[in-house]
Amino acid sequence: MKIERSVLIVFLLLMPVFAWADEAVYRYPVADSYAATILGTPQNLRPELSGKVPIKTMILETDLKKPEIFFYDHGLRYTAAFQDRKAPLIFLIAGTGGGSKSPKVLALMGNLYQAGFHVIALPSPTFPNFIIDASASHVPGNLPDDAVDLYRVMEQIWNVSKGRIEVSHFLLAGYSLGGTEAAFVAKLDEERKVFDFRRVLMLNPGVSLYTSASRIEGLLDRIPGGPRRVGAFFNRVMEKSTNFYRKGAFVGIDDDFLFAAYQAQLLDRDEAGGIIAVSFRISSAGMVFASDVMTNGGYVVPRNKVLKNSDSLEDYFWTSLHLSFLDYFNEYFYPYFQSRHPGLSKEELIEALSLKSIEGYLASSAKIGVITNEDDFILAPGELDYLRRVFGPRIKIYPSGGHLGNLEYRDNMAFLIDRLRSATW
Amino acid sequence: MFRYLIHLFITLGLALYLTGCAASATHIASEIPPMHTVSEFSDDESVSHTRDPWEGFNKGMYKFNYEADRFFFLPVVNAYETAAPGFVQTGVSNFFANIREVRTLYNSILQAKGKESLVTLGRFLTNSTIGIGGLFDPATSFGWRQQHEDFDRTLETWGVGTGPYLVLPILGPSTVRNASGLAVDGAVRWAVVSSIDPFGGTGAGSEIETGATALEAVDLRHREKFRYYESDYPFEYYMVRYIFSERRELTTIR
Repeated sequence: MKIERSVLIVFLLLMPVFAWADEAVYRYPVADSYAATILGTPQNLRPELSGKVPIKTMILETDLKKPEIFFYDHGLRYTAAFQDRKAPLIFLIAGTGGGSKSPKVLALMGNLYQAGFHVIALPSPTFPNFIIDASASHVPGNLPDDAVDLYRVMEQIWNVSKGRIEVSHFLLAGYSLGGTEAAFVAKLDEERKVFDFRRVLMLNPGVSLYTSASRIEGLLDRIPGGPRRVGAFFNRVMEKSTNFYRKGAFVGIDDDFLFAAYQAQLLDRDEAGGIIAVSFRISSAGMVFASDVMTNGGYVVPRNKVLKNSDSLEDYFWTSLHLSFLDYFNEYFYPYFQSRHPGLSKEELIEALSLKSIEGYLASSAKIGVITNEDDFILAPGELDYLRRVFGPRIKIYPSGGHLGNLEYRDNMAFLIDRLRSATW
Repeated sequence: MFRYLIHLFITLGLALYLTGCAASATHIASEIPPMHTVSEFSDDESVSHTRDPWEGFNKGMYKFNYEADRFFFLPVVNAYETAAPGFVQTGVSNFFANIREVRTLYNSILQAKGKESLVTLGRFLTNSTIGIGGLFDPATSFGWRQQHEDFDRTLETWGVGTGPYLVLPILGPSTVRNASGLAVDGAVRWAVVSSIDPFGGTGAGSEIETGATALEAVDLRHREKFRYYESDYPFEYYMVRYIFSERRELTTIR
């Protein structure tokens, strides 16, 4: 009894010190924004997850007849983790090129499930599976249209789920491009009122899709030979990594390996930025190809060509990898919408894909909040101030973390869950 | 009877041929070259160095494996994971891993790797005895890490090139050399098992062996987390091919 009490007293004495320390210093360990983006959060600094998260992959069947080359696609794949009691239901929207089982989605899902939410995660509208099955135009990137597609999918999923779960109220969150999309979906919900979201969280969102994508593409300007030499650049980075791996006693390409490579400064800053841009290119290559096949757009695949499973796609892969987001925008995306809306200027289209087009709503809606980082490079100079101005007290800005590197950090996850639970910001 | 069959084939073939003509006649929309082609980007270094002359066949096999998984292996694996408790699954994995130590042992010897051979021999003896026939893996906790050697690597140390990329039925991504290695290791195992004849006294030796082989197949699929087409990435085949060759690159020349 005595010992217990003294332990308790020591604990109480220590508590405020810890609390104070946590308030004053942000302890996310990776200082560089590119490195943070690549490495994420070390395992031991993530919240502990106890117990199994019952994540199920579900298929929303679509009756569209698909091109033969997509024979493996049987409908929109989403993931769900349901509580066995009444709980709030949160919809998650993945970031650019991400599916409903991408690591960040699974991390959010696990933590939110453990915090007592029902969770349903949707792939990004830029994800091939979404382009094929859920996009009305099959041309991703037009945020108001993407929001309509997302909302329709959410309604369909809700219709098949509502018999199985008890829901108290609805919430919405998205990261990266998914965060920007969440704002558009929230606005749509104000008219449709199917969910009447109580709270909407935008995690490291872009302000303007065009600007953010251009900034990521811009990272390739600093690799040797520029964007046309992504293949050579990739080979060089792989070679360095392979040599480093062979020298050390690593058991696999895991956190230990990545952090060791970071500590050894295996890549310089330009190379780290280049790797981020290359992974962006890899996912956008899938997007461009899927969209082109679905619309018979004649962009990288010959128009009217019926691709068979045995056909080689390697040349299309290589071509798509070398096309930048700006190429896609100027040569494919803009002409597509211009042909449907004659007189639409490029500037107007760029403006429509920005939070600025729904600024009035965002500034006045108390339910929407933003969590981002001071050094998130998908934001152009001035855009962070813009977000501060629009969201006022409803924005939380961490000093470091790059683009989503600190998403899984303990403090971030705790804060995020706390915001979703609270009635006011 | 034979005649009837020939007749049937000719009729069927003719019918298929005619519908083929009809089908191609309706698809007269001619192909128009796309805005961008690969020739624009030939000044960049290519990333994949894997020789894949049988790509059409390989993609067919890749698809076959996907369907085999979908309709057979994954349902079986799911049932296994639901029915068998976790410790049983681990025991099964350990048991077959222990048997595979024999493969690692003779291949390390063939490659003249003294330390690996000793560690593997130590592991096999320890796990077979203290580990109760391989169900447990105490050797790892003694600091003897599991080694992986197979005849493919033996061929490599003997200077045999990998040969073209080859997607095998059920087993998946491979190379010609790797496939030969698998065949040799399989043959050695068959020879060893039939000479020892461990279940000979039971009167149902071949049934038990078949069951063991099936269980090993289930265990292999259970431990392999990869799912065909799960990435939903249209170029998954190429990514898998690249990662396969990189992974070998990482693990072999160490």
